[in-house]
Amino acid sequence: MDKKKIVGHSEERWDAIAKVKGQANYTGDFSFKHLLHAKILRSTIAHGYVKSYDIAEAAQMPGVIKIFLPEDLPHHLYSTAGHPWNLDPAKRDIEDRTMLTRHVHVYGDDIALVVARTELQAKKAMLKIKVEYDEYPVYLTPEAAMAPDAMRIHPERENAFASSEVGFGDVKQSLKDADYVIARHLTTPVQQHLHLENQIAVAYQSSDQRWTCISSTQIPHICRRIVAQANGIDWSQVRVKKPFIGGGFGNKQEIIIEPLVVALSRALGGRPVQIALTREETIAYTRTRHAISYDMKIGVNQDGHLTAIDCDVLSNQGGYASHGHAVGGKGGTFINALYRADSLRFSAKTVYTNIATAGAMRGYGMPQVIFALESIIDDAADKIGMDPIKFRQINHQPDGFYNQLGQTKQRDFLIEQCLVKGRAAFHWDEKLAASQAYKTGVKRRGVGIAAFSFGTAVWPFGLETSSARLFALPDGTFKLQVGATEIGQGADTALAQMAAETLGVPFKSVIRDVMTDTDLDPYDTGAYASRQTYIGGVAVKKAAEEMKQKILKRAETEFKVQLEHMDIVDGNIVYRADGDLVTTVKDMAMQSYYDWDTAGSMETYSSINVHHNSYGSGCSLAEVEVDIETGQVKLLSLMNVHDSGKIINPLLASGQVDGGMAMSAAYGLNEELLYNKAGKPLNNNMLDYKLPTAMDLPDLEGVFVESQDPLGPYGNKALGENPDVSPAPAIRNAVKNAIGVGIDKIPLTPELVYNQYQAAQKAAKGDL
Amino acid sequence: MKQTIAFTLNGEAVSCDVDVRQSLIEVLRDEFEMTGVKEGCSVGECGACTVIIDGQTMESCLYMAVWANGKNITTIEGVAAEDGHLDNVQQAFVDAGAVQCGYCTPGMVLSSEQLLADNPNPTRDEIRRGLSGNMCRCTGYQKIVDAVELAAKNGGVKTDNRNKIPFHVAN
Ligand code: FES
Ligand code: FES
Repeated sequence: MDKKKIVGHSEERWDAIAKVKGQANYTGDFSFKHLLHAKILRSTIAHGYVKSYDIAEAAQMPGVIKIFLPEDLPHHLYSTAGHPWNLDPAKRDIEDRTMLTRHVHVYGDDIALVVARTELQAKKAMLKIKVEYDEYPVYLTPEAAMAPDAMRIHPERENAFASSEVGFGDVKQSLKDADYVIARHLTTPVQQHLHLENQIAVAYQSSDQRWTCISSTQIPHICRRIVAQANGIDWSQVRVKKPFIGGGFGNKQEIIIEPLVVALSRALGGRPVQIALTREETIAYTRTRHAISYDMKIGVNQDGHLTAIDCDVLSNQGGYASHGHAVGGKGGTFINALYRADSLRFSAKTVYTNIATAGAMRGYGMPQVIFALESIIDDAADKIGMDPIKFRQINHQPDGFYNQLGQTKQRDFLIEQCLVKGRAAFHWDEKLAASQAYKTGVKRRGVGIAAFSFGTAVWPFGLETSSARLFALPDGTFKLQVGATEIGQGADTALAQMAAETLGVPFKSVIRDVMTDTDLDPYDTGAYASRQTYIGGVAVKKAAEEMKQKILKRAETEFKVQLEHMDIVDGNIVYRADGDLVTTVKDMAMQSYYDWDTAGSMETYSSINVHHNSYGSGCSLAEVEVDIETGQVKLLSLMNVHDSGKIINPLLASGQVDGGMAMSAAYGLNEELLYNKAGKPLNNNMLDYKLPTAMDLPDLEGVFVESQDPLGPYGNKALGENPDVSPAPAIRNAVKNAIGVGIDKIPLTPELVYNQYQAAQKAAKGDL
Repeated sequence: MKQTIAFTLNGEAVSCDVDVRQSLIEVLRDEFEMTGVKEGCSVGECGACTVIIDGQTMESCLYMAVWANGKNITTIEGVAAEDGHLDNVQQAFVDAGAVQCGYCTPGMVLSSEQLLADNPNPTRDEIRRGLSGNMCRCTGYQKIVDAVELAAKNGGVKTDNRNKIPFHVAN
């Protein structure tokens, strides 16, 4: 008989009702008696050393409990990067920070803490602390920090602290062999996550004398480890609870304030202490997307054949290593995943500077490298006069390609289908033809495309493990516990769908947690790398399969029907052959609790380790109108096409696509965190940092090329980050199509577009 | 300095002593436990703290608590029916997939309520303009605009359930 499909159906996200009613509790919504508030005193220079503090006046301010200087807190070195711990010391994240520091590496560095009874009192006291600095030279760019006379930002290592080179073939020769060589210097800006809920954490001593930290984190289990390491206490002494979280996008894959609140509570007798960052602090002093520059050369023949892709990369790390080279060094594998060339070289350096520390952000290096790659690929297509979609079609990797750089066979790699579908669904040819009427005059129109590839989770570059627990409740519903983290993306709903699908029960029969709790939930490394449904899904599937067997076993014993002749459909246990009812899941569950002879509640637990990866792909198509008198770019339409395997929940998936497209469109057009010469951030607020409003975006269209990935637990592969990769270069290419100038820098602000257009006009006149 | 204020909160007459320097959001969250009122910037930029005051949306972080005296205030907690049933706008947010992390949602729902009270059949552009004071990082606004359209189609806003009065009551 036909099973009702739950996977593939737009089930309502289980937390939506609580959220529209204002019932969903986020970290700041819990109340504590006698909660203390801490404010971080931030350096007002970007590079230097705090010679002295004068806290006398501040300490006398009303409500002040205590002022902490760097010497007053543990000074174990640690890294805030939310990676799984590595048993191999050589492969660990660079541990280059302490909780507070006298050695200032960035503007706004954490140089002291004030704890008071109210936030206002803490703020007012903080303003009374006087600080004297030794100032050092400030380096804003990798180039400046790598100059021969530049001083080391961290004395222990060079400013260019990491490098790597991957590739194959002889790029020099291949470039020589090419009919044309195109060279570009492409740069990307500092972008910030701008999750609507700022970073916030509370810590207190619980009755078992351990330390509980409630935090808005994407990675509760990793948070526990980093908090313990920074505080120099046993990992088991820390319990992390993650309630609802108002977005993360990678910024909460960093453990920034949690070690501090735990240290403060420990110093203050276990009293509850909260740090709630302001919007200005969140934008400027948490993490950002790395600004990366690419010196790229590609060789192309007149027939469209790519001979070489050669790329030198400089990644601006900011003041602390954080995720470090994992971001800037990423690219070679995924260029190779997307395009076939005779040779490839991808050589990257990651460099400390004195701007904000860069870390994980949705896409993790891919938005940067794909901006560079897809700009120059598009320019190559122009150079030989080939349709840009066709150019990509003749050069992309085939389905089934073995990517030696990623040690992954690209099974079910459907970029071809994405390009074909995108061309038709976007009405590319019609829009391109229509734009011809707008190639003169003030308003110019154009269309552009960009493709991308994307890995799912981090294998083979990192650990992939997860676990899940299921237990049957007496009424035949199931409680699902996972360490995988819901951060708004809907992972919890998707995982519950998976459990229900495999169990054979209605979606509503699976109950989820409102809180991820490291004391209760099994281990998972958390929400990043678009891994939750892929890796977490394997764990959920295994736990659900075992639970199903347990239930059927019970029915077999009770009703003397062989297990293999039964199935569970919509909560009923039925004969496989004809669907006739044997019993119900509810009866078996009830029996498991209360039957005098056979009682024994049904629980299953799975713990898995995944050693494979599934590469997704896709493309963006954009249509723009450029006002050549102002440089203003208006985005007329934008479409993303995704090869993400089976779509678990179409409505939620399409929501991920919308959000990613918006984030990347704004990356291409508006968003950039700016600094003055002294390294002071200039626009760390929501007015001057141009987050798009509802009026700034067109209707966003997302399309899927659905298939069944052979390795994904339910045929699924990465989706959460993918949409945030290719819109920016598609927009850049559309602007080029409109005004005839390929701009190698984003965001495409009116000023930049205007100046580049004018420069091109001048150059063209000069040529005459 | 303290001052006593009395106002209507989600249909109920309330009063309290407030510090004259306090913003309305502090009083709503701390004194009345209306934690559905979210804070995203504290300075009037993001719209997460939106409430409805006498038929107008207002950023409660910018509004002094003492100004609330005598006013009629609706927070997200006052939107659903007393028995917990969602109203049209809330239901449309759920059905259209307009909710992701949910942090912008209370403000978005309230802005949508007032938008539909003022203009029962808005175009998509009018919806975008009406919600332009509420930032969302998760949705690209796509399904939020869809939700407001859907709510309009399903009959729009009828009354503020708790206050039993139209949202757009004049002050
Ligand atoms: S918190 Fe009030 S507008 Fe952002
Ligand atoms: S749903 Fe997350 S900010 Fe709008």
